[in-house]
Parts: sequence; C-alpha cells; structure tokens
Amino acid sequence: MLYFIEQCLNGVQLGMLLFLLAAGLTLIFGIMDLVNLAHGSLYMLGAYFAATFAAFTDSFVLGALLALVATAICGMVLEVIAIRPLYGRPHLDHVLGTFGLLLFFNELVRLVWGPAGMTLSLPSAMLTAVQIIPGLYYPLYRLVIILVALAVAALLYVVVMRTRLGMLIRAGASNREMVGALGVNIKLLYTLVFGLGATLAGFAGLMQAPILTVQIGMGENILILAFVVIIIGGIGSIRGAFVAAVIVGLIDTLGRAFLPDVLHSVLSVNAAMTLAPAISSMSIYMLMAAVLVVRPEGLFPAASR
Amino acid sequence: MKAARKVLGVPLPACWLAPRTALPAAVLVVLGLVPVYAAATGDPFALTLFGRIEILAMAALSLNLIMGYGGMASFGHAAYLGIGGYAVGILWKEGIGSGFVQWPVAIAVSALFALVVGALSLRTRGVYFIMITLAFAQMVYYVAQGLDRYGGDDGMTIGSRSSFAGLVNLNNAAQLYYLCFALLLASLFLVSRLVNSRFGLVIEGTRSNERRMRAIGVSPFRYKLVCFVIAGALCGLAGALLANHTNFISPAMMYWTRSGDLMVMVILGGLGSLFGPVLGTVTYLLLEEALSRVTEYPGLFIGPALLLVAIFMHGGIEGLFGARRRD
Repeated sequence: MLYFIEQCLNGVQLGMLLFLLAAGLTLIFGIMDLVNLAHGSLYMLGAYFAATFAAFTDSFVLGALLALVATAICGMVLEVIAIRPLYGRPHLDHVLGTFGLLLFFNELVRLVWGPAGMTLSLPSAMLTAVQIIPGLYYPLYRLVIILVALAVAALLYVVVMRTRLGMLIRAGASNREMVGALGVNIKLLYTLVFGLGATLAGFAGLMQAPILTVQIGMGENILILAFVVIIIGGIGSIRGAFVAAVIVGLIDTLGRAFLPDVLHSVLSVNAAMTLAPAISSMSIYMLMAAVLVVRPEGLFPAASR
Repeated sequence: MKAARKVLGVPLPACWLAPRTALPAAVLVVLGLVPVYAAATGDPFALTLFGRIEILAMAALSLNLIMGYGGMASFGHAAYLGIGGYAVGILWKEGIGSGFVQWPVAIAVSALFALVVGALSLRTRGVYFIMITLAFAQMVYYVAQGLDRYGGDDGMTIGSRSSFAGLVNLNNAAQLYYLCFALLLASLFLVSRLVNSRFGLVIEGTRSNERRMRAIGVSPFRYKLVCFVIAGALCGLAGALLANHTNFISPAMMYWTRSGDLMVMVILGGLGSLFGPVLGTVTYLLLEEALSRVTEYPGLFIGPALLLVAIFMHGGIEGLFGARRRD
C-alpha cells in the first residue's frame, strides 16, 4: 500500500513536469496555431543552462533563476527570428521548420557543451527524504517539484484568468483575428506567449535535470508525451493540459510499476517481463488514440474551436 | 489530332525538355549509373549511399501519396519501414530465409497495420490526424523494444539476406542496388498511374473539398482508406529492402524523428508532385553526407536550411519549377 502511494506520488511528479511542458505547448498551439517540434529543445536548453550556471555560481537556486531568464530570452529571440514567419502557414511547413530547429539545437548543444552529458547536483539540504505518512519516506526534492509545479500552475491560472494579459491570451485562443482587429499588438502578444512557453519548458527541464542526466535529445521523448497531453486535454486548454498531464503521468508510472506483477498473475514470468514494459509504454498512446476516436476535440476543448 | 506523347501514362508537357522533366530524368539516369561508377572507381560506398537513397525515396513516395495527394499528413510513416524490416528479420530468425515468403509478409503486415491505423485515424482531421498516426507509430516502436528475442532495444543483425532461389542474388551489391532501382521505378510508375486514374481524382478531390465529393455521390472514407493501405504496403516493401540493405533492424528505425525525416524529405521535394519526394530524398541525404564530410556539426547547417525552405520555398524543390502548391 505504501509502495502504491509512493508510485502515485512519482506519477503525479511526472505529471507536473509534463504539465509545465504542455502548458506552453498548448498555449502556443492554441493561440498561434503553431506546431512547435522545437519545444523540447527549450526544455533541453533550460537543463543545460541550469547545469552551467549552477556550476558557475555554485548555487542551485541562483543557477536555476539565471537559467529561467536565459531560456526566456532564447525563446523570445527564437520567436522573432525564426518562428514569426511561420505563422499562418500550413502545419506541414511548421513541422519542416521546427524539425529543422530541433536538429539545429541538438547540434548547437553538442558544439557548445560537448557530446557527453552533464549533471546538475542538488544542494545537500535537498538530498534527504521526508516522512509524509508513518512508514513512507519520500525524497524531498521530488516533493519540492510537485509543490513548485503546483504553485506555477496556480500562478498560471491567476495570470490567465485574472489579469489583462491573461484575458488577451484567452481571447487570442478563441478568436485571433478579432483580437488583432480590436487594436491589440498581436505580434508582441505572440512573442510574450512564446517566451512564457519557453520559460515553462526550460523550468521543466531544469527541475528534471537533477533526477535524470542532462543530455542531447533529452527533450525529444518528453516532447511527444507533452503532445499526447495536449491532445488528450484539448488544444488550447490549460485546465485540460493539467488534468491530462496528471492522468498521463499516473498511467505511465503506475503501468511501469505494477503491470509486470499484474501480468505475471496470468502469464509466465518471461512473457510478463517481455510484455509489461511494452504495454506500459504503449498505454498512454492507446489512451490518446481512444480519446481521439471518441472525443476528437479532447477532454476539455477550448471554447469555440 | 495527334495524341499527346505519354511517359509512364502521363501526357508529356509541350516542351518535354523543360527543367521540370529534364531534372527527374537526369536524376534517374545518374541513379542508374551509380554501379558503373562504383565498379570503375572501386568505391563500394557509393552503392551503399545511393541504395539507401533509393529505398528511402520509395518510402517518401508512399508518404507523398497520402500526404501530398490525399492531404493525410501521417507522422508515423517510419513505422511501416520498421514493420517491413522486422518482418524480414523475424522470419530470418525463425529460419525462413526465402524472399518469396519474407517480402509478401512484409507487405501484407504493413498493409494490415495501415488498415487498422487508417480505419481509426481517418475519423480525425488536421493536427489530430498527425498526432494519432504518431501515437500508433510510437506503439509499434515500443512493441519492437519489447521483442527481446529479436534484439529488444539494441536491435538485431540479420545473418543473411533474403534469398530468391537464384533469381537475384542480394549478396551481390550491384544486384541489390539494381533491385532497389527497379523497385523505385516501379513505385514511381504505380504512384503516377494511381494519381492519374479516377481513384486519384477522388483522392485529390477529397483533399481539396471533402464535402463536395460527398455531394457528387462519392464516399471519400473508403477511397482514403484504400489509399492509406496502398501507401503502407509500399512503405513496408521499402522496409524489407532497408533490412536487406543494412542487414540490421532496430526500434530506432521507427523512432518519431525518423518519421520526421520522411516528412521533411517529402515537403522539401514538393508535396503532391510525382517526382518531388525523390528529389527531396536525394537532396536531404546528399546534403547530410556532404556536410558531415566537411564539418563535425552538419545539423548546424541542415536545421536552418530546413527552416529557410519552410519559410521561403513554397512548394519545395518542385515548386521552383512551377509545380503548383498542394496544401
């Protein structure tokens, strides 16, 4: 039972990271109608920046803050130079262009930081485990990820639902032309939204960095998961992204943890060991395919799309 | 009135030496002469490189059939390369080395997979279609990763190429190359006949306006599904060739970036033009090869090049020669 709770927490933690990545992706997709395959590159950049700045300043927190600023600047520069000409073009041109950006960033990172991965070590205070309920010790850092990501989600909710900028973002998601016609500086809005998305992606990358190694291509696998999340949640919907991210995180983690035992009860050990990883990896794609077949607009379709 | 001259069933334009027709002809002639060059210079690498180009050009052709002509942007097309390859590899491992069994199985399984994926995915549109095809390809990727008997994550070396009872010997590099070349020509012929038939008209009509096609009494779904299955089968054949070409199969051949590569080749060459995918594949792979000889970081140049193509070259390479853009 304790093991189950622990795995649930792991699932929620993965879900939180996915949400940080997917929130930016779904905003960019919903508002600018842009398929951004380079979003995972910003996740990777965030992790590399954090590892570099943390080593430089000798402080994890300072390194992380500098990395966030650097990723935001990278994102906005990228938007102005490379992304802006792609708005309004067919989706396939987005795929071609941002796939090119993905190749570019992978190579750029290899040039700057070298082919070997990096590590981002945690401050020693983070290396402990805390007792959340009697008998269950959980790594403090993972708990911090969950709490910080929840705080970011709340902040994002307040910004999007309670501020003028958020109103423009929501308006942009439901009717772009009308927002432009009402005299809003749509170019600036797009740059800001892209920068926000980049920052969130970089944040996800640097939070994940101490758990996994920082390496080239680290954004590719998780990018596809983030796309799954926004498709399940409904394109353009942050609420949908949040719910779907937690669902996907839980299914992925619990599948990996428990499917071998479940299959073992009906199959031979060998068959279970072979099938379980494949099925648990596939399960979220099956969920997405099922959602698309039953509800093609996702669970929480953004209004009027 | 004199009937228009036709090549591969396509009426020739008034001036058949126009760049649009001369370039494909030149590319095909060069592809056909590669073994001669390899024999003359004793450089077997040319055969490997161009053989790979021909095989991936076949895959790109099949993707263009659905994506360019049919408007069905599949982001999981590398799955069929993998299925075709694994059909060859798995049958070899189980002691069936005959190409007469391996290749039809590769085609049939790919077609069957395309049938299932198509039947479910074709209910969706646009970006959702892109994502659901990606999801199915990822599933196949993870299944292949789980196949421990066939190498699992690391992949598996195939000990011997498909045998064709003395008809062709695939261990002879030139014969393998010419088989790829012949199959590429056959695929071009197949696609050109398909898109210029009534079937092709329905497919293209559906891409531009599905509602009108319904209004004139056509049920587009069945046509699109058949088109999707044909493309899957063709790409499965390319996968069987690829497994014979590299003697190796691994899940990595179906990772989503491989599907991205195929999409890039098609869009780079020109969506919905017969020869565009071949031009795109040749350009993309030769550029990659040339750059990796002069720089350690080819991606630094290929990446921005793709971005520039996306921004400025509407209609890809074929678009330069006045082919119309099909979105």
